[in-house]
Amino acid sequence: MKHTRQLSRRDFLKTGGVFVVGVSLFGCGKENVPGLVKPASGVPWSPDVFVSFEADGTARIISHRSEMGQGIRTGLPAVLADEMEADWSRVRVEQSVGDAKYGNQNTDGSWSVRGFMQRMLEAGATVRLMLEQSAAQQWGVDVSECAAEFHTVVHKPSGRVLDYKDLVAGASELPVPGLEQLEFKSPERYRYIGKELPIVDMHDMTHGSADYGADIRLPGMKFAAIARPPVVFGKVKTYDAQKTMALAGVERVIEMPAPEPPAVFKALGGIAVIAENSWAALRGRDLLSIEWDDGANADYDSAEFGKALRETVRQPGKPQRDEGNIDEALKTANRTLEAEYYAPHLAHAPMEPPAAAASVTADFCEIWAPSQDPQSLIPMAEAITGLKPEQIRINVTLLGGAFGRKSKCDFVEEAVILSKQLAAPVMVQWSREDDIRHDYYHTVSAQHLAASIDEQGKVTGWRHRVAYPSIMSTFDAAVKEAVPFETGLAALNLPYSIPNIRLETGVAESKVRIGWLRSVCNIFQSFAVNSFTDEIAKARGMDPLENLLELLGPDRTLDFTELGLEATENYPFDTGRLRSVTELVAQKAGWGRSLPQGHGIGIAAQYSFHSYVAAVVEVAVDGDGAWRVPRVDIAIDCGQYVNPDRVRAQQEGAVVFGLSLARDSQITAANGRIEQGNFNNYQVLRIGLTPDTRVHLVESSAPPAGVGEPGVPPIAPAVTNAIFAATGKRFRDLPLGRTLDLTPV
Amino acid sequence: MIKLNVNGEAREFEGDGDMPLLWYLRDLLTLTGTKFGCGKGLCGACTVHLDGQAVRSCSVSMNRLEGANITTIEGLAAQGEHPLQIAWAAHMVPQCGYCQSGQIMQAASLLEGNPDPDDLQIDDAMSGVICRCGTYQRIRAAIKSAAGGGA
Repeated sequence: MKHTRQLSRRDFLKTGGVFVVGVSLFGCGKENVPGLVKPASGVPWSPDVFVSFEADGTARIISHRSEMGQGIRTGLPAVLADEMEADWSRVRVEQSVGDAKYGNQNTDGSWSVRGFMQRMLEAGATVRLMLEQSAAQQWGVDVSECAAEFHTVVHKPSGRVLDYKDLVAGASELPVPGLEQLEFKSPERYRYIGKELPIVDMHDMTHGSADYGADIRLPGMKFAAIARPPVVFGKVKTYDAQKTMALAGVERVIEMPAPEPPAVFKALGGIAVIAENSWAALRGRDLLSIEWDDGANADYDSAEFGKALRETVRQPGKPQRDEGNIDEALKTANRTLEAEYYAPHLAHAPMEPPAAAASVTADFCEIWAPSQDPQSLIPMAEAITGLKPEQIRINVTLLGGAFGRKSKCDFVEEAVILSKQLAAPVMVQWSREDDIRHDYYHTVSAQHLAASIDEQGKVTGWRHRVAYPSIMSTFDAAVKEAVPFETGLAALNLPYSIPNIRLETGVAESKVRIGWLRSVCNIFQSFAVNSFTDEIAKARGMDPLENLLELLGPDRTLDFTELGLEATENYPFDTGRLRSVTELVAQKAGWGRSLPQGHGIGIAAQYSFHSYVAAVVEVAVDGDGAWRVPRVDIAIDCGQYVNPDRVRAQQEGAVVFGLSLARDSQITAANGRIEQGNFNNYQVLRIGLTPDTRVHLVESSAPPAGVGEPGVPPIAPAVTNAIFAATGKRFRDLPLGRTLDLTPV
Repeated sequence: MIKLNVNGEAREFEGDGDMPLLWYLRDLLTLTGTKFGCGKGLCGACTVHLDGQAVRSCSVSMNRLEGANITTIEGLAAQGEHPLQIAWAAHMVPQCGYCQSGQIMQAASLLEGNPDPDDLQIDDAMSGVICRCGTYQRIRAAIKSAAGGGA
């Protein structure tokens, strides 16, 4: 969750020309021998860690961020290619290994473009200048007369042309220019940036040849399935593996080391079954007879815990933001209103359950993993194997969905532990039940909101109380309260122009591993804030859109750094941009249009990950309470964008993700055990309920901001606001379920 | 011994007859284009064709496959491209891509039996295949354009 920008310009220059090409097995077939890092060969020129040229002029561009569906393997390389005037058909994108020389590779927080676009432009401009210099040298002319154009350099006065392939040798002799020498293309000359570009993995993904974590096959590889403690920090008391060992294909049973709190990203322990194929491993695992010592978390019961959370937010908490005098405002108000909201734990449930391969020998450790954070695997592997970082190689496969789950390397650690012990390559394959029952769960929350309204109908006060187990508890078991980076997602940074505002946090202990899920605490905090905003509209007798815009107040920039939120250069919270997307989506959705009987529309707006999103949802509710969403309009201002098609795709996906959690998804615990296990009882949206989704993308010259997460938060509250419009009934607990109870309260 | 045909190649299997087809394809034949998603026939990521019909390969045991003809995503269009693969690219359907083998195999089976499905028929046929990235809207559009013959 650290979003420190690390555009190390010094590294950029330092590493220029020192590029070691490792031969990755990823994408190179399955018969290669693992464990080899071959030295560079046949690479005449590598001016930057992110780009090298082959003799035929093919540019090899490194993607150092992990691809999990957001299109980053296409986006960032296209930025570099554009700035260096490359012909995209002569570019090959290669996935980098985990290596600090690329800068931060932790692919989360919707910041790959924000964090690395400039770095890509600098690399591209460097290459372009050096190719122009090389051409000038060949022609014996001044470089100012030479201009790069689509994989060639043109001598403007004479019209002579040289292909990049004929300039590589000369360029490789030149010193790498300093940043101060670089000139950048003007945006109107962009070929790829801001244009639709098919993803580089399109063919492989539609032909079954794309390799995800689970698809790695190595010579002599063993397959492992693990019975993990059903309660976090539970331990194996005794076990009997007789039936397992009798199963054909099962080779060994290994007890995994049991971790101690805090959870961090440690493997969970349990009993591993090693077999010659996945089926024998999974079947053998199910045949184990294990007696567990459940430990301290065995008392986790979601029903009880939910009640306690609700009790907590009915009492004053610890003020985290306190402007004006909310107590006085509520006491002296003409009218007050209060409401309580609840949202359950969620599981990430990426379509690819966690899986990773490792090959540990006496002097080398090679890992293949669908990891969002490959550099984090290096210290993990060091600690287990005792090897040095240069003896460890982290290959990043495609990620079959992640949503935050694959930032956590517990499943990779299991593969390393087992490969070391077996002295053989090992694939650890999680089942869906493993995935649902051993996740780093999106937290469970209760929230209580109160508002005061004066005689003129003005909103004078807003009090928001939250209680939920903190993500930080995963790293420090003593943390029992939400921290600013969590409340800062749609609660602490409430953008409303109200004189008396207070946010309070209550105590909540963690009984499972808490993690971050696509858009994190925005999910429930934006749900409560946008729902309560709609409740205020009702109380004021105002149109919900008009009310929302009025609460946003005059256009201004907001600064919450004094409240503990991270300052991010060039990214002020501009309420005018939030107002604009709200007005845009209302207009596009035909706000106020007449609707069929039983239909209603609702609106919600949210600033997150430096982007501005608003959504209008139309619901259709029948007399029995069955409901569906025929249409969603969603508008996003994410600043400058690289690939508009992928921005749209992410919003379309965010709508489905938001509807899944609004309607169906919830994780509950009883006796410390997670009660759901597969897609029968952890439901996510299927095609039949997918709305007609219309994405409205704002043209903006503001710096690039988040795309993958910001579409999620407004969906659930826009749904419940629409249901209120359709039925007059307010739903404050998620998920809503397939049938609404329309009995009047 | 079980004799079957996979993507036009004759194969023999002599292992545990309870093994689901999915793992035979993935682990023994290294045809990893067929994906594991749930193991219970709930998500459709493992969809292949058994004698021309879409099935969940995680829920079909090897001992039922004597004489069977199996087609996986790798064998869907051994020469050239299936119209759905062209349509998938034209509509830029995939995000993470993991479920797309199953989506395409399910859609191919749909079009085989119904060359011109409407929205409801598409939703019915495709409802067993989950896409957590949420590419459904484009899946619908791609199936329609493949059906229309002009991806």
